[in-house]
Amino acid sequence: MRNQEAKPSYARTVIAYIILIILAFLCLFFFYILIVNATRNHFEIQKGFSALPGTSLVRNFENVMNDANIPVQSGLVNSLIVSGMSALLATYFSCLTSYGLYAYDFKLKKPAFVFILLIMAMPTQVSALGFLRLVDRMHMLDTLPPLFLPSIAAPAVFYFMHSYMQSNLPMELIEAARIDGSGEFRTFNRIVIPLMKPAIAVQAIFSFVSSWNNYFMPALVISSNNKKTLPILIAALRSADFLKFDMGKVYMLITIAIVPIIIVYILLSKYIVAGVTLGGVKE
Amino acid sequence: MGDKQGRTAGHRTVSYAKYGYLFILPFFIAFAVFQLIPLCSTIYYSFFEYYRSGLKVIGPSFVGLDNYKTLFTTDLGKYMGNTLIMWIIGFVPQIVVSLLLAAWFTDVRLRIKGKQFFKVVIYMPNLIMASAFAMLFFALFSDNGPVNSVLMAMGLRSEPFRFLSSVWGSRGLVGLMNFLMWFGNTTILLMAAVMGISPSLFEAAEIDGAGPVQIFFRVTLPLIRPILVYVLITSMIGGLQMFDVPQILTNGEGSPSRTTMTMIMYLNKHLFSKNYGMAGAVSVVLFILCAVLCVVIYFALNSDNTGRQTRRHARKRGAVK
Repeated sequence: MRNQEAKPSYARTVIAYIILIILAFLCLFFFYILIVNATRNHFEIQKGFSALPGTSLVRNFENVMNDANIPVQSGLVNSLIVSGMSALLATYFSCLTSYGLYAYDFKLKKPAFVFILLIMAMPTQVSALGFLRLVDRMHMLDTLPPLFLPSIAAPAVFYFMHSYMQSNLPMELIEAARIDGSGEFRTFNRIVIPLMKPAIAVQAIFSFVSSWNNYFMPALVISSNNKKTLPILIAALRSADFLKFDMGKVYMLITIAIVPIIIVYILLSKYIVAGVTLGGVKE
Repeated sequence: MGDKQGRTAGHRTVSYAKYGYLFILPFFIAFAVFQLIPLCSTIYYSFFEYYRSGLKVIGPSFVGLDNYKTLFTTDLGKYMGNTLIMWIIGFVPQIVVSLLLAAWFTDVRLRIKGKQFFKVVIYMPNLIMASAFAMLFFALFSDNGPVNSVLMAMGLRSEPFRFLSSVWGSRGLVGLMNFLMWFGNTTILLMAAVMGISPSLFEAAEIDGAGPVQIFFRVTLPLIRPILVYVLITSMIGGLQMFDVPQILTNGEGSPSRTTMTMIMYLNKHLFSKNYGMAGAVSVVLFILCAVLCVVIYFALNSDNTGRQTRRHARKRGAVK
């Protein structure tokens, strides 16, 4: 019986490897072309495809950085500010909210929890109109804060923190802190936050990335050039006369927008891939 | 667990209740300010004629359901159809491939090496900026881009294939990008679900003489149903939100002849031209669709609770072995 089964397994393994390699190739190939083309100049790119890198990497980079029409440097800074603040606000306040619902008993505890679960998957786009009107009335159009302040209410991050807390934060510890005379906020900041570090790290990465990649809202809120984030700059490439562009610059700008994320991802991939399922939401 | 704590620390929790409210307050304030109030005013504006014509602002004047009537008698159906078609083009291969990979990765008899490597690689596109990814595809698949030059060099075509001028070419590209961006994520979720199934079930099925295909359809699939429902519904909500990829790929035109225009692109158009009445009506339609799906997710997550506990036990047992 064992022999009979060993054979089909062998064939299946080969098929599995072939399909896996094709899929991995698909995932990597486009980024390979991107990186290769970012190292070639406009004319080399126009001449046709080549799998070998060129020599214009530095020049393309300098060209993009010094292009007066594409404010890449301020774009990078703006993207960093918005994404960093989003990650910070989303993780801290999600911890706070989940701790409030985990450690205390109060009348509205259950309704509050159910409510957050219900709105968890609601896209922000459905209230975009009202949001823009509100931001306008608050005189915050064309500023960065409207892009990260809403992160204080991040239901999906909350749900992750809540699941993590339930299995990793013993109430005995909180009780002990109370007996030692630690105030509630102090307990939260000094004991709970450090214990939540692994969850905070994973969610900070996810919040950072999704904010870094966000295009819909920033494009509607921001209008002046020096406040634009990277996705808006990329979109601007597409809307201007595409054919007039130096293609080396186009590929370089895309590279600048995605390579930092890829590098961080490769360094932390172990935690990120584990984090996808660690999150209660997705499990 | 909550019960036990309530009993032992019951007298204490009463005096701490106000901290509970205090701690969850920021979340609810932020939610009210940035989502709930905007949602209400969005619904409110959907009943008004309120747009800009040149420099003149028309309205706001109450028109009842007129915006909805205009919406449903004109293009909404078409854009809903586009969104649905492009979602399906991406989702069907996504779920098939993810199920297949999840089954392979968790099959002890296949012993695939480099699992971690493959997981890292297939998840990567999920973290890439969708607008940059779309821009990249636009450059690669443009009429004189690298893909066409490869196709011609290989002798597969004598002239460039104009992907972005053909309806199914551009829809296919959007679907392909959605597939590439999401199948890794789905694979990892489904894998976790499969690994949560008690190994003894697989062993029992094997002893009863079930082959890998039978085990997949009779054991694995029924047991991961809650996660499948979750994946399906979140993907549908993601599909309704489809924007970045077709917007950048077609420069917001939904070309050719608006066959790739999605609901959110349509909303975006009205928001940019400051037609608040119509934007409101589109938003409300989207809101109703998403609300229904959110309720389904809530129940999927809740019915999953018991299953998750047993799975967690199974995992612990697996670790001991």
